[in-house]
This record gives sequence, C-alpha cells and structure tokens, in this order.
Amino acid sequence: MITKRIIPCLDVKDGRVVKGVNFLGLSDVSSPVKLAKFYSDSGADELVFYDITASSEGRALFTDILTEVASKIFVPLTVGGGINTVSDFDRVLKCGADKVSVNSGAIKNPKLIEEAAKKYGNQCVVISADVKRVDGVFRVFSKGGRENTGMEAIDWIKHAVDLGAGEVVVNSIDTDGVKKGFDLEMLDAVLNSVNVPVIASGGAGSKEDFVTLFKTLPDIDAGLAASVFHFGEIEIKDLKKELRKNNITVRL
Amino acid sequence: MIALIDYGVGNLFSLTSSLKAIGAEVKVTSLKEDIEKADKIILPGVGAFGDAIKKLRESGLDKVIVDEVEKGKKIFGICLGMQLLFEKSFEYGEHRGLGLLKGKVVSMKGTIPAHLKIPHIGWNALIKKKEHPVFKYTKEGDCVYFVHSYFATDCEDSLIMTAEYGKELTAAVAYNNVSGTQFHPEKSGEVGLGILRAFAEWED
Repeated sequence: MITKRIIPCLDVKDGRVVKGVNFLGLSDVSSPVKLAKFYSDSGADELVFYDITASSEGRALFTDILTEVASKIFVPLTVGGGINTVSDFDRVLKCGADKVSVNSGAIKNPKLIEEAAKKYGNQCVVISADVKRVDGVFRVFSKGGRENTGMEAIDWIKHAVDLGAGEVVVNSIDTDGVKKGFDLEMLDAVLNSVNVPVIASGGAGSKEDFVTLFKTLPDIDAGLAASVFHFGEIEIKDLKKELRKNNITVRL
Repeated sequence: MIALIDYGVGNLFSLTSSLKAIGAEVKVTSLKEDIEKADKIILPGVGAFGDAIKKLRESGLDKVIVDEVEKGKKIFGICLGMQLLFEKSFEYGEHRGLGLLKGKVVSMKGTIPAHLKIPHIGWNALIKKKEHPVFKYTKEGDCVYFVHSYFATDCEDSLIMTAEYGKELTAAVAYNNVSGTQFHPEKSGEVGLGILRAFAEWED
C-alpha cells in the first residue's frame, strides 16, 4: 500500500532558510542545501521549498539553491511562493522541481491552474490554500494569510481541482502555530469534497498529532510541518517509528 | 557512456544529476550517432503515450532505438519510457509502442477499486517476483516513488517487481537486454540510485 508522507517545509529568503534551526552536528543551520540533505537522510518523503523573497535578486538566488538541492537530493521536490505565471512554473521546473504549488497567484488568476496542468500534467500542479473560519464558515485567505478573499474554501478547492490541480495542501490558519494538532474538522471537509491527494498543514506540535491525523482521517495522504522539524522538536526518524508502531504505513 | 534520450518529453535535470551522482558517464542526446556509440540507453518520459511515441517516430529515434536494442544494447525505460517499450497502450485511444517487450499498457480506472485515488502517486513498497541484475540492490519492501495513471499488464515474461495499489501493479520489468521501471528511480532516494547503479554495472 502507498505510504503516508511526511513533508518538511523550508521557507527560503535571500538564499537562506528562515526560522532559526538548531540541529546537533549541523554547522550551517540556515543552509537550504545542508538542511535538505539532513531531512532527506532522516527519511523525509518529499521537501517543500517556499520562496518568500520579494526581490528579483532573491528570486535568482532561490533558483540557484533549488538547482543545487535538486542535483544532490533525490526525493520529490515541491516549490511554492511567487508563482503567478506559467513561465514561473517553467523557471522552477527547469531547476529540478517536480511539483509547483500555487496559492495567491491562482486566486488572482484561476486559469493559471488550467494552463499549467495542460502543459505539465495534473500531478505537477498543487493548490495550496490558507483557510480560516470566519463566522463559522471556512474562508480562503491570500497574501500569506493576511487577506480574506471572501471565497468559501471548499468551493475554491473543488474548483481548483476541477481546473486541474492534482494535489491539495490545506493550511489551517486557525491551528497554525498553536501546536495542538492538525485541523481535523477542516481537513475532513476537504477530503469529502475532492478525490486527489490532500496534505495536512498547520498545527503539528508532537508525534501524537501526526498519529491522530492519520488515525482519524485515513484518507489523508501527508502531513506537512516546518518549525517542529526545524527546531528539532520532532525528529522525522522517531516520528516514522511512532507511526509504524501505530500501524500507519510509512517508508522507513 | 549511457545515452539518455532527449526527445522533448519531460525534464531530464534530476535524472542526469542522479546518474552523475552514481558516477555514470551520461550524455543527453537526440542524435543517432550518440545512441549508436553508447554502451547503454535510458529512455525517460512523462506525459501521454500518444504524444511521446509520435515524437519518437517523427524524429526517427524509434527505429534507432529498436535497431540498437535488437543488436543487443541494453536499455532502461523510466515511467512512460518503460511503457513505450511495450507492444501497445490504450491511453486515449490505441497506440503502437516500440514492441521490445510483450504486453500492453492500460488505465487504472476500472481495474482498481473506485475509492483509490488516480494517479497512483507517492512512495509504495516493492514486491519481488524474480531476481534480475538491474535489481540486485533492491530488496522486497523497499519503497520507491510512483506517479502514474496507466500500468503495464500481460507482461508475465518480463515482470520483476510489483507494488500493491488495489491490485498488484507492474513496477519493474526486465527481459533479455530490455529493462525498466514504472516508478522514478531518480526520485526514490538511495533505493533508486541503487537501481541506476545496477543498470550502469549490468554485464551479461
């Protein structure tokens, strides 16, 4: 059977990983290449690189780094951040990315999903949605979670999948940073509305949170997190052992 | 030298990098002379079968590949590149393949339980059916990375490994000098590099 994926997410700004990282034996903790290698050796099933640079110099640095990572690390790489056009897809795919995640760019121009899926295949296009409850309704936020688009989240995600997105990342703004577990209610609502892989993001604080995620929602494909991995609060190797102990199929 | 065939289908960056990482000498090429000179051939591919075989035919590379393989040159197909080695595919119509392996390529839709998501995407464990030099470093239960919606069937002669996804799907094949994987060795960590290394080392 297909294994549940564990995905660390690296935010990169001006060529460095943002958010302090503190690993034993890792001399350059903010080097994307070293951190990516560390995660890959620890059993990460996929890596997400998120470009949070605004300047064009930073963007060029990002693609340099991506190229270096992709020439040394042989697991699937997903890239997000600043993807607004099909030529942005082209730019990162040429550097060795396997999948490209779109968020605000697709909200501004939903056709981007359709065009990219036609050109590179559905498996290449990931829709990433930042979702928050507003008066009891799931709403999509754009611009890194700062702006309420007013769109109903499940409708938007369904629409994005209909347009050709082959995978969905659901990032719950409500649970993000709280470290008390994933947003199971929100994820369940998404799982019930689409039939492509769904990746849970936002809220992981412990290994048990991942166990609960996969036990409660057996159709969830992957769990994504950033700081709990970067700060070493959860070691991917230990996490996978814990998941296996709980009869969840993982790659060891 | 391994000739990595470039026929305008997909991105060869990771594959080239992974071959360099195992120390193989690789040349990305679409030239007949290179393919003839090469010791071995790798046929990559992503996208639709119909488009890919059309591109191979239009460039004349189909004939070059078949001629070289018939002379005994070893070939390894990856993902769609593996599917192209078979006699035919039923992806959006019916298409004739290179015919280097017996069998056909069919859709997962309707052949695996309806609740399973298509494409089959992610890491899945391998089930070994036979031993083969290209898979000498691969163990039962090793996980590799798949992304596909179609699979090869009726290929008992060449079947080396499968992966369970509603049913056992063809994951790796080899027969005489022809071999390939449905999954992506260049995205399958150390297990994948081991397969590429074994292909590079493969002698009669």
